[in-house]
Amino acid sequence: MSEPKRDLVQSPEQAAETGTLAARISLSQRAGGIVVPLATVVLAFLVGGLVVLATGHNPLNAYHDIFNGAGLNWAFHPTTSTQGAAAYNLSQTLLQSTTLILTGLAVAFAFRCGMFNIGGQGQYFVGLVVANWLGVSFAGMSLLPHALIAIVGATLAGAAWAGIAGVLKATVGAHEVISTIMLNYIAFYVASWLFGAGGPLQTSAPGQETNPVSAAVADTAQLPVIWGTKGFQGLDIGFLIAIAALVVYWALLNRTTLGYEVRAVGFNPDAAAYGGISVKKNLIRAMAISGAFAGLAGAVDMLGYLYKYGQLDVQVSQVGFIGIAVALLGRNTAVGVFLGAIVFGGLLYGTTQGLSSNVIQPELAGNLTEIIVGLVVLFVGADLLILYVWNSRKRLRPRRARQAPAKAAA
Amino acid sequence: MSTWSQRLDNPVSDRLRDPAATGYVALGLGAFAAFLAIPPIEARSPTWPIAVGIVAAALGIWTATRGRRRLGYGAVAAGLIGIGLGILATRSGTENLETVFDATLVAQTLGFATPLVFGAVAGIFSERSGVVNIALEGLMLMGAFWGLYGSDKGGTWVVGLLVGMAAGGLLALVYAYFAIHLRADQIVGGTGINFLAIGITGYFFVQLYNGQVTGDVSLPPEVHIGGLGHFLEGSIGNLSILTWASFVLVIVAYVVLFKTPVGLRIRACGEHPRAADTVGINVYLVRYCCVVLSGLLAAVGGVYLSLGPEGNGTFIPQITSGRGFIALAAVIFGNWRPAGAFGAALLFGFSTALALKLQVYSSQAATLFNVLPYVLTLVAVAGVIGRTVAPAADGKPYAKQ
Repeated sequence: MSEPKRDLVQSPEQAAETGTLAARISLSQRAGGIVVPLATVVLAFLVGGLVVLATGHNPLNAYHDIFNGAGLNWAFHPTTSTQGAAAYNLSQTLLQSTTLILTGLAVAFAFRCGMFNIGGQGQYFVGLVVANWLGVSFAGMSLLPHALIAIVGATLAGAAWAGIAGVLKATVGAHEVISTIMLNYIAFYVASWLFGAGGPLQTSAPGQETNPVSAAVADTAQLPVIWGTKGFQGLDIGFLIAIAALVVYWALLNRTTLGYEVRAVGFNPDAAAYGGISVKKNLIRAMAISGAFAGLAGAVDMLGYLYKYGQLDVQVSQVGFIGIAVALLGRNTAVGVFLGAIVFGGLLYGTTQGLSSNVIQPELAGNLTEIIVGLVVLFVGADLLILYVWNSRKRLRPRRARQAPAKAAA
Repeated sequence: MSTWSQRLDNPVSDRLRDPAATGYVALGLGAFAAFLAIPPIEARSPTWPIAVGIVAAALGIWTATRGRRRLGYGAVAAGLIGIGLGILATRSGTENLETVFDATLVAQTLGFATPLVFGAVAGIFSERSGVVNIALEGLMLMGAFWGLYGSDKGGTWVVGLLVGMAAGGLLALVYAYFAIHLRADQIVGGTGINFLAIGITGYFFVQLYNGQVTGDVSLPPEVHIGGLGHFLEGSIGNLSILTWASFVLVIVAYVVLFKTPVGLRIRACGEHPRAADTVGINVYLVRYCCVVLSGLLAAVGGVYLSLGPEGNGTFIPQITSGRGFIALAAVIFGNWRPAGAFGAALLFGFSTALALKLQVYSSQAATLFNVLPYVLTLVAVAGVIGRTVAPAADGKPYAKQ
């Protein structure tokens, strides 16, 4: 089957390259602006609300409580103290968002190279494991080098783990979706084994022999808290690291040769190869950078507020998968990923620990998050069609306008 | 999104791609598995010979599904004999051997393989018609929960089975609409369906059962076969009726897909939908039917998880725990053929059953043992040896003209 013909209209990527304000606005228009993602979220919340309604709860009250549970009501009476519930909840939401920004970037970067990195979860586990291992070891070191070693080590490990999928794709053409799914489960079981009873990373504290939990990272590897108190899961410096990662993501893609090549390969590998860009090298590079973001997420979580991790935590963790929804909703842009991470971070915390509600219990609401995540991912996939309709409508209009004066002249 | 087997220009020489090479490697590994246990290496735990033996058997299946049948099945046998000899050598005491190798091992292998077989055949139908089905996990999950609900409310497991299948079929219909009509990216859509299934089942589990199942429910019966002798009776004398159904399903799926006009149409839609359309096959209809059928079958696998001997009428959130993805792996491993997928499912079931048995020696090793199916699949999709041939139009949305 032949590939569909590419139209001669300037591509969004090219439009962004020209850099004029008009071109940028047109890019966001072509991408459906903020309208399509917003509509996606609203629709998902609407359907989720219908489920809530059908099971005999008031959806408006439920969403109101979830909103408060996520600490978003903090905006109405902002305080810097985390004594109050709203401020504390917000700090916890941001903690969740920190992880999701990074796992979202892991998915987004691969997307920009035309690959679907479904393995963020596994790369995140690898980051957690390495950060824990390095954070527990070298206990005598001083703060900065120790934390730095752990972060760099975890990031590189994540990159290497994802790099396996990249190398397999580049050398033998193994589809990255299948290989990253397999790598996810391998990481899952290896992490379960490492943290499990008798495992190499299990705590060696006396009386804890059967407790399948790792040792806590040394004080010197723990990241400083910037908002709240350390003993109560205050927001750590990892949030700023995630923001920095967003900037790096944007700059890497839009301001470097590497980013140009990665996007070119993602846009059309054949054309990129014709233009002298090595497709294989870029597939491997993009996958490794993707994994680096996910590995960093693991490091920031481990050193920022978790400090230790157990077999049970491995079993329930979903942040890598939710990163897919974050990236898709954020249309793989830095700003979009940030906003997506805030939405899902709020949902994640606001429906579980943060939720105090007599309308809907946290056990129920936690599953509502999964439903909404699923709907968002499903709808985002389908809005490619909405976009297509949107674009073709735009393309038709000027053509007609051009034809009309031509006829008049004749 | 392109097919699983999309290839860039390939540096690995064609000789390595010959399935025969895999076969010989597998034979060698089978011998190595036995060798591991005897001096000078003398592995102390039977885990290593078993792991190597399973790798050998896996490569054997791989070879057999890619044209070199005799060599492939020879390698499978070599792997299994290697495992036996390896255990024999590490645990020369016969009582230890019997704790690992007894009739229950066969029964458990078949039991663990059952949901994988249903899931894999479900995946084959969907993918043969050209729709990648990464949503198997979610479809199985729907079957698991709603099957239990149906059995609980309907009073009999048959109602449970039907309700579970209806739930799986319904979610598959949603997926089909997005994948076929809206031409959404099938992998993105499938991921969404998986999330949705986790959410729906988890939500209603809390809503309807408050997070735990109490009442006894009707379970699918076991088929008792007597007069077979001690070993055979222990291994296949008390299998679930769904396990027997899965054997039948493999044969039916093979016949339907490869020996009937319907199967030809399905495969045509997966290989070259434009050509199929030209000769008057309704591509959309075929794909819809196959995806919904895929949902129905995967849901049976799910029903087995909650109502079968493994779940025994219980449900826990995400009870499938990756079994849908192992089924997907079995599809790829079995080269999109029912018999091959069945072999892969048996092998993966065998490694799960062994992992349980190995807990006698070391629960640590047993945890790690679960990695094996995924590593094998990773090695398989790497395709350095042997070749995976996905349906040509697998994963490509089709636009009618």
